[in-house]
Amino acid sequence: MNWRAVTAIYAFEMDRTRRTILQSIVAPVITTSLYFVVFGAAIGMRIQEINGVQYGAFIVPGLVMLTLLTQSVTNASFGIYFPRFTGTIYEVLSAPISPFEILIGYVGAAATKSIILGVIILITAAFFVPLRIAHPVWMVAFLLLTAATFSLLGFIIGIWADGFEQLQFVPLLLITPLTFLGGTFYSIDVLPPAWQTVTLFNPVVYLVSGFRWSFYEISDVHVGVSLAMTAVFLAVCLALLGWIFKTGYRLKT
Amino acid sequence: MHSLQRSQSFERLKIQPILRIAALEKRYASGLQALKRVDLEISRGEIFALLGPNGAGKTTLINIVCGIVTPSAGSVTVGGHDIITSYRAARSLIGLVPQELAITPFETVWQTVCFSRGLFGKPADVAFTEKILRDVALWDRRNSKIVTLSGGMKRRVLIAKALVHEPQVLFLDEPTAGVDVELRQDMWQVVRQLRAAGVTIILTTHYIEEAELMADRVAVIDKGEIILVEEKRALMQKMGQKRLTLHLSRPLTAIPPQLAPYQLALNGRDLVYSYDTQAGETRITRLLDDLDAAGIEFKDLETTQSSLEDIFVNLVHKK
Repeated sequence: MNWRAVTAIYAFEMDRTRRTILQSIVAPVITTSLYFVVFGAAIGMRIQEINGVQYGAFIVPGLVMLTLLTQSVTNASFGIYFPRFTGTIYEVLSAPISPFEILIGYVGAAATKSIILGVIILITAAFFVPLRIAHPVWMVAFLLLTAATFSLLGFIIGIWADGFEQLQFVPLLLITPLTFLGGTFYSIDVLPPAWQTVTLFNPVVYLVSGFRWSFYEISDVHVGVSLAMTAVFLAVCLALLGWIFKTGYRLKT
Repeated sequence: MHSLQRSQSFERLKIQPILRIAALEKRYASGLQALKRVDLEISRGEIFALLGPNGAGKTTLINIVCGIVTPSAGSVTVGGHDIITSYRAARSLIGLVPQELAITPFETVWQTVCFSRGLFGKPADVAFTEKILRDVALWDRRNSKIVTLSGGMKRRVLIAKALVHEPQVLFLDEPTAGVDVELRQDMWQVVRQLRAAGVTIILTTHYIEEAELMADRVAVIDKGEIILVEEKRALMQKMGQKRLTLHLSRPLTAIPPQLAPYQLALNGRDLVYSYDTQAGETRITRLLDDLDAAGIEFKDLETTQSSLEDIFVNLVHKK
């Protein structure tokens, strides 16, 4: 293992975060705080408790997931797309470093950043609503697993994208809608039965449900199913990346 | 002299080549055959110039050796390490200065150079990094962001990035494209120092003077094929060719027999005389006297040095 190279990439990416702190950290925190104000305080007052949990508190795991998913995808995709765009990728490709090490560097940094954000949002939420974490270990496990999986997805998007538009496409037009429809702000029990079935095709449902279970022990689907679905998604991303590195898709000609 | 040359070439045979390219082929997905069975061996400590027109395959060749482009067939070893099966060992030996000015814009010079060293698995070394930056005259700008640097400075940053991990083989892909004279000279100074330190240097260039000035050996590549590999001295003799073109007042139907020894070429109203500047005498004065005697008048004349392009065109036509 060329750990120095991994560290170099990781440190480089984290430095980019530090440099763009307003855009990387402050903006998502403000956005999420707005959700708390609008949904938690203003609308939440008129919504009764869901399964014994105050509405404002109910949406916290979903909001953390929303940030985790969008930030993981955005960070990781930008992290690898930018060197492709500027041409500096030549240096990484010509360095004595394996594809796996490249992944650890870029995806590790993207996941770290989104986890930091997730934690900041949790802390922010604690100021607004009474938080309770029933299974801290599972909570952390879901946090890590989701950050890693969606950073891998972001990395794939960053390699696939041929322009900044495509880079924005997936987070804006796929991740955000799927998260909003994935039970972030409601329990899927409230939906008509037909829509409940449709919703089960949305992978985000499993993430939000499992994550929420680790807080309040309430879930739309069984936590085991949530975990299994996340693992499947992780495996799919890894397999896709294996293929990308083997064929050199969009990286090497 | 002859025996000296022979002993020198024996000397070279004894040393294992630092770079060995065998039957290397590259066909891009578009169907373009960028390299056709290229064989090349480069000795340790050599300065090797790779010449050729745009699209000849120079950059493809370099990028394959560096791991940026995947070869379709053939093998490459660097310092005895295969670039595919022992890519870590092979790539550790290589420094690459790419043609494009590709550097991340928002880091400082110091950060980006240290990043390169880390990427190649070398522990941070402040003193050595400082030495490299001083060598390329960037020490004063070490805390400047890349985006604030001029094109020439960016080029130097790229050189520093390639040198900071202490490569044994340095690829310079068009290092002087768009670089001013002063910087060009500085750059060659760095190259000389590197060679003195035993680094092998492989460069591509459009400028024959540069190849002439720096290289020990020269290869010409065209349409994916190496059509010539020669010691610089031998190439210099070819480069010595100069042409005198006389624009005649009246068209000539045939060259008079008394001018046959000059081997003139008649091209419409132009009479072309090729001569060797390295030769003892060029016979130009005598030619002009003989033309006068033959009653051939000319309005104007010009001389042209055969350029790399000319040599190159000749080579291609001869094939």
